[in-house]
Amino acid sequence: MDKIPRWADVVLIPLISLTLALTASGLVVLAIGENPFQAVWVIIKGALGTASNIGYTLYYATNYMFTGLAVAVAFHARMFNIGGEGQAAISGVGVAVVLLAFDWPHWSIALPFAILGGGLFGAMWAAIPAYLQAKRDSHIVITTIMFNYIAAAVMGFLLNGILKSPETQNAETLPFSAGTHLPTLHDMLAVVGIPFSKHAPANISLFLALLCAFLVWFLLWRTRLGYAIRAFGHSPGAAKYAGISAVKITIIAMMISGALAGMLAINAVMGQQERLIKEFVEGAGFVGIAVALMGRNHPIGIIIAALLFGMLAQGGFELLWDMPNISKEVVLVIQGMIILFTGALDYMVRGPVERLFVRARGGAV
Amino acid sequence: MDIAQSFLQFIVTLDMTIRLSVVLLLACLAGLYSERAGIFDIGLEGKLLISAFFSAAVSYETGNVWLGVLAGIAASMLFSLIHGITSITYRGNQLIAGVALNFLASGLTVVIGHAWFKKGGQTPALPNGARFHEITLPFAEAMRENVPFLGTLYADVISGHKPLVYITFLLVPLTWWILFRTRFGLRLRAVGENPASVDTAGVSVIKYRYAAVFIAGVLCGLGGAYLATSQAAGFGREMSAGRGYIALAALIFAKWRPWYALMACLLFGLLEAISNLYPNINVFDLFEIPVQFTQALPYILTVVILAGFVGKAVPPRAGGEPYVKER
Repeated sequence: MDKIPRWADVVLIPLISLTLALTASGLVVLAIGENPFQAVWVIIKGALGTASNIGYTLYYATNYMFTGLAVAVAFHARMFNIGGEGQAAISGVGVAVVLLAFDWPHWSIALPFAILGGGLFGAMWAAIPAYLQAKRDSHIVITTIMFNYIAAAVMGFLLNGILKSPETQNAETLPFSAGTHLPTLHDMLAVVGIPFSKHAPANISLFLALLCAFLVWFLLWRTRLGYAIRAFGHSPGAAKYAGISAVKITIIAMMISGALAGMLAINAVMGQQERLIKEFVEGAGFVGIAVALMGRNHPIGIIIAALLFGMLAQGGFELLWDMPNISKEVVLVIQGMIILFTGALDYMVRGPVERLFVRARGGAV
Repeated sequence: MDIAQSFLQFIVTLDMTIRLSVVLLLACLAGLYSERAGIFDIGLEGKLLISAFFSAAVSYETGNVWLGVLAGIAASMLFSLIHGITSITYRGNQLIAGVALNFLASGLTVVIGHAWFKKGGQTPALPNGARFHEITLPFAEAMRENVPFLGTLYADVISGHKPLVYITFLLVPLTWWILFRTRFGLRLRAVGENPASVDTAGVSVIKYRYAAVFIAGVLCGLGGAYLATSQAAGFGREMSAGRGYIALAALIFAKWRPWYALMACLLFGLLEAISNLYPNINVFDLFEIPVQFTQALPYILTVVILAGFVGKAVPPRAGGEPYVKER
């Protein structure tokens, strides 16, 4: 029997956790002698104040949707994929190789191949730790952490070597050809006559992210494979008894997770940079953990959480102008608090809420 | 290249290896206590970072480096307390708690540092009295002049380090003795292997796990303080630069044993020294070992060891599992 109604589990508990996390972050802001409410206002204004700000917010949110979904799929199979950072980086190589290989005539032809290239590279980078977990019993958390660093080294090697552009001193590839330019939100909204900022990097990848969210939902709750993944996640022993192969589920779930993390490269490399640079992931792989935790590993929750984190990322930059005493790294504090309260301290919130509901029903505690 | 020059390079490399392995060793021993008691700690990185900041900040403000070390330890222990409350008392996910601590450290150090010193998250450079200095061991000069090979080794590699270096290397035998020769150590290890049996024997699992997590806090505190007051002279943002994760790798490489931990940290320190001193290594004009390979080698080796291709590393059996007392 569930101790608490579903709405409390899905809405009430995350809201309490979020409130606690924001309160704790507010106390930090208070401690350095600034007004936390003013800071919140600056962040909201910075995230949503102008069309350009909204465009940046949506760009970051797109990244976080991909990495959040990646973490969630692994979570459903009872794995903690902390390697989104490396998987996304390697996917960037896949995307760049595809886009540099041909002189693409139009983005609509280039995009499916870039998705294939990025997804494949990300999936393969996740498949190795998955194989080692399934076959050699290596803890996937440790292996994926190691693979983040190995990925950084691979990126450094390639971008200073065979992929390096001869035209600059920087560790980056040549710019992609004009035919790979993805439509930005400005281009797309102009078609329907809505003016939107030209400079904001939000692009068609936003819709790819929403599509991925739908596909993840469909996979997990509407297909046989998704059922097997969730069954394995709930109880590996029972799943094995039901004839579900642990090796197969572990590797497939991680490959899906890696490919989803890799879609970040479509947004950031193909959509924004239009060339491969070394540091394009910018910690989004780790933020995905917070997004998945807050979104309760459900695609709808993840979309909402990704938007919130997108607002934080963009709004944080505006602090610099309006409240110069608060550095934008306050966003990291908020993210840390959210991971702490929604992830690690779940039981602290859940316990009292459960007791409250049991008491309200008149049952014994 | 003549022999004298090669010897000089050899000495410089070894000296740098020792300097660079200290932080790794402190964080690695911290992880050793914690994981031996069944608490996975991927928050080592965050504890190093928060300690580095507070040790630099307090050293700068008071002009006393030892007060700075204490402040670093206190900050790191506060993080340990959070880790303990989440993963021992509230039985939350230890790994997620560690990730949260790393985020908090990255954010808090810059936010507080920026508001405190107005230098974009850095502390000012530490003046003379507020940081550690090299100490020369007895007879170093006499040894250098009179004993050919070993004398130079003694004077330039063993002698001439900062106090925390010697403290750290003494912690290895101490840790071995505590874990394998005392009742406390036996119980601590048992808590990480089979908590239920320890509980049956009337020993508090909770108490031992908290003790282990706090010891880890002290050690990471020392590690962070070393970074900011000995290896560098002041705090810079993200100055721990992934060393907490390399320490985690070293811990696995060492198969959760103190003496092996020393070896692993020296090896990883040597690799870091090599990548600093000799970026691209040319092997007999045949091919070049790129610097990125040397940098990635600790992680690659760890993956290989963890996968059991060369000597299997088996973690403490109850690691990562919250303990629920039977009723």
